[in-house]
Amino acid sequence: MELYLSGKYRALVVRVAGELDHHAAAGIKESVDREMARTGAVNIAFDLGAVTFMDSSGIGMIMGRSKITSALGGRVIVYGASDNIKRIISMSGLNRLVTVAESLEDGLKEAVCNV
Amino acid sequence: MYKNSMRLEFPASSDNERFARTVAAAFILELDPTVDQLSEIKTAVSEAVTNSIIHGYDNEYGSVTMEGSIFDDTVEFVISDDGAGISDIRRAREPLFTGKPEMERSGMGFTIMEAFMDSVEVESEVGKGTRVTMSKRISG
Ligand SMILES: Nc1ncnc2c1ncn2[C@@H]1O[C@H](COP(=O)(O)OP(=O)(O)OP(=O)(O)O)[C@@H](O)[C@H]1O
Ligand SMILES: [Mg+2]
Repeated sequence: MELYLSGKYRALVVRVAGELDHHAAAGIKESVDREMARTGAVNIAFDLGAVTFMDSSGIGMIMGRSKITSALGGRVIVYGASDNIKRIISMSGLNRLVTVAESLEDGLKEAVCNV
Repeated sequence: MYKNSMRLEFPASSDNERFARTVAAAFILELDPTVDQLSEIKTAVSEAVTNSIIHGYDNEYGSVTMEGSIFDDTVEFVISDDGAGISDIRRAREPLFTGKPEMERSGMGFTIMEAFMDSVEVESEVGKGTRVTMSKRISG
């Protein structure tokens, strides 16, 4: 996982790689929450382009982060997800809580400009 | 009438979630699944195993068993634990129901298993454990 701040959009960009299950979610959650507090970002953008597997633990982790951004008046963006991952995102209704986009630019345009 | 079977027992630790679903994927390779079918099986197995670890054993010590069998072009997996058990199975299977909302669970595990497998059966007894049987026909 890689984290960087997009200062212009007050967004923490989180590039997740590999398999996003319960085991991996715990570590991501911890790092993201720490960086959100440290940087003062209000939006989180999850880049799932390099995620090869995701189950409901990934959904729960992202849902939990969207509670945090909502409280800050921000938004979670999810982009680059494979079709299989998009399928469980819409099954769970996560797509109604967060902005699902093809790219970071699209996601920011859609989410941040509306906030 | 071709038949094969396997049995795997492992400690309830979260790094074994990946181990179990990787074994499940390897087990069905001989059925020549599509990439999507492989991904569906891995996800369903991961959901059941994660449930045993988180809910069955509350992230504490315990043992999880995965049995697989192949009969013709259908694979069946049974994931079982000797953990807490489920008091109301019907409610547990409802989409978005979770017994652990404080842990950021989405309550989608059973719903995903049902969507990705042809059949999902749940047997459980409080204080005794839980056994999830799921099957899927793999036709290329
Ligand atoms: N092996 C098990 N032992 C005890 N309780 C279980 C077991 N499997 C499921 N449950 C109960 O059924 C509920 C629903 O399970 P399900 O997998 O659908 O959702 P979840 O695990 O709570 O959330 P998610 O899977 O989205 O992370 C659980 O919250 C738990 O109360
Ligand atoms: Mg679950």
